[in-house]
Amino acid sequence: MSIVSRMKKQTAPSTSGRPEADSSAPLLEVENLQVEFRTRDGVAKAVNGVTFTLEAGRTRAILGESGSGKSVTAQAIMGILDSPPGYVTGGAVRHRGVDMLKLNREQRRLMRGSTVAMIFQDALSALNPVFTVGFQLGEMFRVHRGMSRKDARTKAIELLDLVRIPGAAQRVDDYPHQFSGGMRQRVMIAMALALDPEILIADEPTTALDVTVQAQIMKLLAELQQERSMGLLLITHDMGVVADVADDISVMYAGRVVEQAPVSEIYDAPAHPYTKSLLESIPRVDLRGQELSVIKGLPPTLTAMPPGCSFAPRCYMAREKCGQEAPPAFDVAADRISRCHYWDEVHPA
Amino acid sequence: MSKKSAKDTPREENPPVDAAVVPDGTGDATGKDTGAASPAPDGAATEATAGDGAGTPAAGATVTETPRASEPVAPPVLDKGENVLEVRDLVKHFPITQGIVLRRKVGAVQAVDGINLDLRRGETLGIVGESGCGKSTLAKLLIGLERPTSGTIKVRGQDLTELRGGDLLAARRNIQMVFQDPYTSLNPRMTVGDLIGEPFEIHTDVVPRQGRRQRVQELLDLVGLNPDHINRYPHQFSGGQRQRIGIARALALEPEVLLCDEPVSALDVSIQAQVINLLEKLQDELGLSYLFIAHDLSVVRHIADKLGVMYLGRVVEYGNAEEIYEAPTHPYTQALLSAVPVPDPKLRGMRDEIVLEGDVPSPANPPSGCRFRTRCWKAEDVCAEETPLLQVRENSRHASACHFAQKRDVVHGSA
Repeated sequence: MSIVSRMKKQTAPSTSGRPEADSSAPLLEVENLQVEFRTRDGVAKAVNGVTFTLEAGRTRAILGESGSGKSVTAQAIMGILDSPPGYVTGGAVRHRGVDMLKLNREQRRLMRGSTVAMIFQDALSALNPVFTVGFQLGEMFRVHRGMSRKDARTKAIELLDLVRIPGAAQRVDDYPHQFSGGMRQRVMIAMALALDPEILIADEPTTALDVTVQAQIMKLLAELQQERSMGLLLITHDMGVVADVADDISVMYAGRVVEQAPVSEIYDAPAHPYTKSLLESIPRVDLRGQELSVIKGLPPTLTAMPPGCSFAPRCYMAREKCGQEAPPAFDVAADRISRCHYWDEVHPA
Repeated sequence: MSKKSAKDTPREENPPVDAAVVPDGTGDATGKDTGAASPAPDGAATEATAGDGAGTPAAGATVTETPRASEPVAPPVLDKGENVLEVRDLVKHFPITQGIVLRRKVGAVQAVDGINLDLRRGETLGIVGESGCGKSTLAKLLIGLERPTSGTIKVRGQDLTELRGGDLLAARRNIQMVFQDPYTSLNPRMTVGDLIGEPFEIHTDVVPRQGRRQRVQELLDLVGLNPDHINRYPHQFSGGQRQRIGIARALALEPEVLLCDEPVSALDVSIQAQVINLLEKLQDELGLSYLFIAHDLSVVRHIADKLGVMYLGRVVEYGNAEEIYEAPTHPYTQALLSAVPVPDPKLRGMRDEIVLEGDVPSPANPPSGCRFRTRCWKAEDVCAEETPLLQVRENSRHASACHFAQKRDVVHGSA
């Protein structure tokens, strides 16, 4: 029995038990999210107390290096965490007041695609190589909306048109390998937008692409977001892309959000030494020969975290207290937090 | 010496114009206008090029060159010093064949199509371009992993394309490579000592056998790793440390030229700066020349003295890096630079952003004339008919391969 017919049977009863959504609540509210991976080497706290909100039409960037927990946060929100070894051990992910973590599997699956959708980094491995893109796009409509193959194909062509793939009617029958990198990423975007989601998570959507293609894709994403007033959660390590598109930023380091602020404030006056060092360590295309400051050392291993502040071993202003006491989230200003004991020294008010 | 061969000849019998010109290597540069041309005296040309680097051509004068058949013209001279690497008219076409028993050639992928480069001692030449533009093929050709279809690669005056056997082996010592991915370019079964010491097994006369271990430890120290870690395996190191091992291995034979093919793109942002600073430190200490291939234009701006912008196997803009970043004249360079996001939200929307339409055409069937014309907003009929030469144009000091080259500052906010 195909997944389509199975879904059709289950759609009706499973939605009934779902708690009522409150339209005045924030679009997406993540509160004290905890995710751990139980590995042979011990328990790794990949996400440790991430809290943020995302409103419709806004873009929040989650910025961090590999291993900082930014992708795991996205997977936990989307509900696609590999389990085992990953487990959500605490916190809440609320969509319009409904905690998605408390929903059953069926309810959760119905939300995927229609409420929360995700664009993955590597479109070539995210798309199935043995089906045409039209089939894969149409699957969304057949499974979730119960459309016929013919109608689903028409919808797929509309979507390819929407993401500005030239000759959509012909290309709908092509396989993923027949598309270029940029075009493939457009197919991914089309797939994510198929069911008109309210929240779009883009996990490094342009990392594998060339700069000129990156510019095309980011422009397209921004336009579509405005048209549909979606909340966009952009996962990235590129501080340039963030500066271009984000409204708010959460900077993650070793599983924690170390700084969270509106975008202009963070670039003007970072309130955490990690953010500050990071900004000083990237070369810029519009400036010449500035000295690149270096963040010494390496990020900590998640299974053997240092006591106190996790950035302390690499921090240029670390003191005794930093090695003993984990800094709480200090309120720097409204909408702005920093996890540094000495944030007021990084960021002179 | 190569400067002298640059003979500038005005098309309309004007007095000699002080401009340095470059052939684009496709052949249509040679021979054109030779009838009307009278060679300028050697002295005049030398004076012009050596005087202020690349001179400015007189307004209105179109400049063509008449190279001697055997001696191609040098790219614009930017500063003085000894050329450690000289690439002339380098071409690599990969044949496309059909048939299994009776193989016949049905076409060619023109991966690299007529490239001229000069690299001086202690200098860094950045090569930028999108994927598929031929930059990695160029690196493979330079290091001898691929044989060029035609053209010459001279390292310290020795043409690598002519050498064979032992001579080639010896000549290759002078040009070594740092690879992109430190996770796949180090054999996981070899210790760091074996990895860095392997070049000595092949080039046995560089360091005597008993001194090799010590030399490896010196190299480890040089790149900022603990010499006591000589017996460790690659998996015991982080990405940044592995890239340091890759650099130490490339330095083992004391090369003059280091080819860096995307050396930091696989690393995290906070680690990138460490490796970039290490490369700069090594350059100062050892007088190395770098050919730095990257797609990250911000990194290249930081490290490069000279820049070559590649599109579909050809160099479209070439010259002083600072000048190109400040005032690019080729439309492709402008689009490329304008697409780089600047990490400053205050400049959002203020950049002169040019978003290119479509994709790069296939190198197996490149457009006629200017290869960028299919995506260019300035393209006219002449672009399809005539291949623009890579030469210094009006109002600009660096070479650009565009009929309508014009300065445009795209990386700064227009506020």
